[in-house]
Amino acid sequence: MSVTRSNPILTVGKYLALSGYLVFALFPLYWLVKIAITPDRLIFTEGTDLWPSSTTLDNFRTVIFQTDFMAFFGNSLYVSLGTAAVTTLIAAGAGYAFSRFDFGGKKVIVAIMLITQMFPLLMIIAPIYKIVSSLGMLNSLTSLIVVYTAFNIPFATFLMQSFFDAIPKDLEEAAMMDGCTRFQALRKVIVPLTLPGLGATLGFVFTAAWSELLFALMLISDNASMTFPVGLLTFVSRFSVDWGQMMAAGSLALIPSCLFFIFIQRYLVQGLTSGAVKG
Amino acid sequence: MGRVPQRCLRKLAVRPVTARTDTNALPGTSRAGRSLYWRYMVEPFLYLSPAIVLIGTIILIPLIIGISYSFQSIEILNPFATGWVGFENYVDLWSDRRFWIALENTFWWTFWSVSFQFFLGLGLALLLNTHFFGKKLFQALVFLPWAVPTFLSALTWAWLFNPTIGPLPHWMAALGILDEPYNIMGDPDPALWGPIVANIWFGVPFFAITLLAALQSIPGELYEAAEIDGASPWQTFTKITLPFLAPMIAITVMLRTIWIANFADLIFVMTGGGPANSTQILSTYIFTTAFRRLDFGFASTIAVALLAILLIYAVFVLWLRKRLVKI
Repeated sequence: MSVTRSNPILTVGKYLALSGYLVFALFPLYWLVKIAITPDRLIFTEGTDLWPSSTTLDNFRTVIFQTDFMAFFGNSLYVSLGTAAVTTLIAAGAGYAFSRFDFGGKKVIVAIMLITQMFPLLMIIAPIYKIVSSLGMLNSLTSLIVVYTAFNIPFATFLMQSFFDAIPKDLEEAAMMDGCTRFQALRKVIVPLTLPGLGATLGFVFTAAWSELLFALMLISDNASMTFPVGLLTFVSRFSVDWGQMMAAGSLALIPSCLFFIFIQRYLVQGLTSGAVKG
Repeated sequence: MGRVPQRCLRKLAVRPVTARTDTNALPGTSRAGRSLYWRYMVEPFLYLSPAIVLIGTIILIPLIIGISYSFQSIEILNPFATGWVGFENYVDLWSDRRFWIALENTFWWTFWSVSFQFFLGLGLALLLNTHFFGKKLFQALVFLPWAVPTFLSALTWAWLFNPTIGPLPHWMAALGILDEPYNIMGDPDPALWGPIVANIWFGVPFFAITLLAALQSIPGELYEAAEIDGASPWQTFTKITLPFLAPMIAITVMLRTIWIANFADLIFVMTGGGPANSTQILSTYIFTTAFRRLDFGFASTIAVALLAILLIYAVFVLWLRKRLVKI
């Protein structure tokens, strides 16, 4: 669309709109970091200024060295990485099956997977709690990994399927002609080609697991096995006045998701475009 | 979870099964019979079974158990009151004032969140579909809220609305929206707007990504032809862009509506449903009933009600779409 070629007013309007979006998107995050680096003594006098008169990293130091945050961070990292790895492995298998085979019940399985994306997951929070507690698995990070894996498989499967769909069938058929079994062909020919897809899936699942709150809140009550969201929330409700430290903790929680986001964001639109062609 | 299924859902909805040509030949040739059996009945399931087993045991079975809970009395804090109670929970639900408040709040929460997310997302997608300096960086930055964990978005916005450390109440007072800088989430009337604003912030990138993908798939020749014929930008937009986007818009809005109606995290963290239930939506009501009161029977009953409402909505939208497409 070449709307901008002609009219200077439109061009100005466009850049105004662009900066509006940018400010709206980034301001809250800026504020988070700003309060985190404001010294405690200035928070009440300069808390609402756009920039404090002096800055400090004390809050980060306190959070990292004097609270349980590194433990929460570690727990979350363990749960998210575990979920991402297991989900991607399982979803790659399922996505491959959807992409390469026609079989009885395929429609039904796809439909069930779609439905799991639509109904309120909160609906199963009570049964999951009872099952997990009767297995004696409350406060266990493994139970979180299992639950998150199940939640993320449907989406990850569709994602992986679209990556497999993009790879020509001829490649593995050629390998199978040359005497490979299908699994060998998958491992030696197809997997190397889908590495970016596997990476993107890992990223998506990691971010989803990293931010999950409600099930973790329900299943984890023990301080030692809290994930980051649960830990942060407990922290907030317990010490609701220490703004600087809470925001420092929040800023730290941003880091892993942002890293993954930078990695996956170029696949977002690119991948979506190829799927959206059939309007 | 629930964040980006759209594209894939859509893709599958549009062409559920691509090639089923071989199925007719399946029982025929005896020479290939065994290997066909292997190819169609066994091999796919080798790859699929872990996914099926996990979804079955972690989602489907608990779902059925959850529905059965809605006909039982299950209070963890009161283990002696356990047992089948028939429709008693549903009768209680019907006369529960909080349920009706939560239902109304769910409606407004979903309506305003989806409307703003959609229009702002469409605007952003249209902007991103043009050329300008620094577009790649801009796109990465403007999509960033989508990557922020929800609990953190909720906390950040709760803080922004707090007059001690947040600028928003002061700005709103300066603009005359508020008489004095106070926290709107402490006042039952405007309280729901706190989480709605946070939700808009969080959800605009998603709509923008989906709609941008749809925009980029519109053939460029159409615009060239329109330009040659002397169409105004507005005509181009209403005659080419919108009709092409319409199917995507319909499916995205429907899925997003369902997803947002289910979305409890933001409200739970920002207000916990208060003050005086003014921000309680059905999904937060489910969670607080299960989590704080440990009344699993009643929580499941609310969940079944929410599921039924969403199902009716989905069927209605699909019916509407079918009708409109026919005409």
